[in-house]
Amino acid sequence: MKVLVPVKRVLDYNVKPRVKADGTGVDLANVKMSMNPFDEIAVEEAIRLKDKGVTEIVAVSIGEAKSQETLRTALAMGADRAILVVSEEKVEPLGVAKLLKAIVEAEKPDLIILGKQAIDDDNNQTGQMLAGLLGVGQATFASKVELTADSVTVTREVDGGSETEKLSLPAIITTDLRLNEPRYASLPNIMKAKSKPLDQKTPADYGVDVAPRLTTLKVVEPPKRTAGVKVADVDELVAKLKALGVAK
Amino acid sequence: MKTLVWVEHDGKTVKDATLAVVTAASKLGEVDLLVAGSGVDAVAAEAAKIAGVSSVLTADNAALEHPLAETVAPLVVKLMADHDAFLAPATSNGKNIAPRVAALLDVMQISDILSVESADTFTRPIYAGNAIATVQTSDKKLVITVRGTAFEKAAAEGGSAKVVATDGAGLEQSVSTYVGSEIAKLERPELTSAKIIVSGGRALASSENFHSVIEPLADKLGAAVGASRAAVDAGYVPNDYQVGQTGKIVAPEVYMAIGISGAIQHLAGMKDSKTIIAINKDEDAPIFQVADIGLVGDLFKIVPELTSKL
Repeated sequence: MKVLVPVKRVLDYNVKPRVKADGTGVDLANVKMSMNPFDEIAVEEAIRLKDKGVTEIVAVSIGEAKSQETLRTALAMGADRAILVVSEEKVEPLGVAKLLKAIVEAEKPDLIILGKQAIDDDNNQTGQMLAGLLGVGQATFASKVELTADSVTVTREVDGGSETEKLSLPAIITTDLRLNEPRYASLPNIMKAKSKPLDQKTPADYGVDVAPRLTTLKVVEPPKRTAGVKVADVDELVAKLKALGVAK
Repeated sequence: MKTLVWVEHDGKTVKDATLAVVTAASKLGEVDLLVAGSGVDAVAAEAAKIAGVSSVLTADNAALEHPLAETVAPLVVKLMADHDAFLAPATSNGKNIAPRVAALLDVMQISDILSVESADTFTRPIYAGNAIATVQTSDKKLVITVRGTAFEKAAAEGGSAKVVATDGAGLEQSVSTYVGSEIAKLERPELTSAKIIVSGGRALASSENFHSVIEPLADKLGAAVGASRAAVDAGYVPNDYQVGQTGKIVAPEVYMAIGISGAIQHLAGMKDSKTIIAINKDEDAPIFQVADIGLVGDLFKIVPELTSKL
């Protein structure tokens, strides 16, 4: 059984994003970039399914040439080979989903596991779009995955609790935070990953038009909150709550 | 512009999140609602009373009992032949369905909008709300999810829309089936629609303390109960309590952060609250930099005292 895991290179989640002074976006020059945390969970889940009949894991990234580093991380974690579709221009989720569809048609995976969203643009779209384009089932926000030979049962995190769905294969899964704890790649595996196969492609190779549909007119910082007052004791707090109308 | 709003409901009543979407849609033009489900008459009747709605379209089919994207999306796509924009709340169901609709329509979705600037221009948060982007679309049809806390709720009463049955037939489920769900029974208001939220953090130190300290205060105030990621990860409360970047985004009238230090990831989920109240024993905790009212001290003394004095 083959699993495809798309991964994205994003600003490291520990770095505080800084909006550029000219309002064109977030400053990504000379800052630490890493694999999108939800994608790390996707890679980890694919590796864990190797005990359950998965024989090959193909990692895919679409983006600038430096996304190679992200793919090498996936290979060091345990993916078997990688495909990089190089585009120095930003590709939107719709374009990414179309490219992934072409890759799915060529690779014929049984399962595609993606992060539920990338922590840069927070779109939360690609997995659902890919499922729509392929006409296959989608289980988003997964917190538990049980794989059998011809189906997958997924527990999903939904508002107020959880929901379970059964999907026939091939199927799309998007990961939520609590699906697993991704492993760190060991040094020997990082070394080994350097010799694993990594194919380089372009959107044109797949005949996919990835022209953006959205134009970002400006990016600004959100309104700042300022610190208010400190009260001395509970009585003062009660008085404040009364003034706010939340206590009688 | 003619808009179609997906109505979130539980088979009995319209969920609150829908009302904010109606407000967003009405800024674009005429508003039609889609009530899809199995046995939807009561929900459709309720939806028809929402102020500012032209028509309520119903799709009644056993296959629609649970809102799976695989069945709802083709239905929406069919109805989009007569509509220019599709809007859904940015809830777990809305986020599951809308992108599938967008892909089938060959449209780039605009996720989690905060405002409608014009018929093709919207603002939305990126980087967990650390930046706000203004985006303009060139697509002919629009697919949008709406952040509920960013828009006023439309009045639930006062409208008199006509209810029109659409063809909900032919929705065979093949690729996926609903197996079951475990939805916590809420004895308190739901986090994302609550007016007051009382949240607890790691300083509570145990599940027992969380229940014995936080919950009585919440009940006294008629508030929802939330938690920081640290409290969830420590197992004090289930994960659907989590407020933050990767949990629920909330913006109540009053948010009380108790024993929560104020990590960036938590602030991202609650900083749009109208009034933030922080109780923490560390006077240098980052939460005090965003709190309107702060009280430094031992929560195990302060909170019971506060509860008894309210």
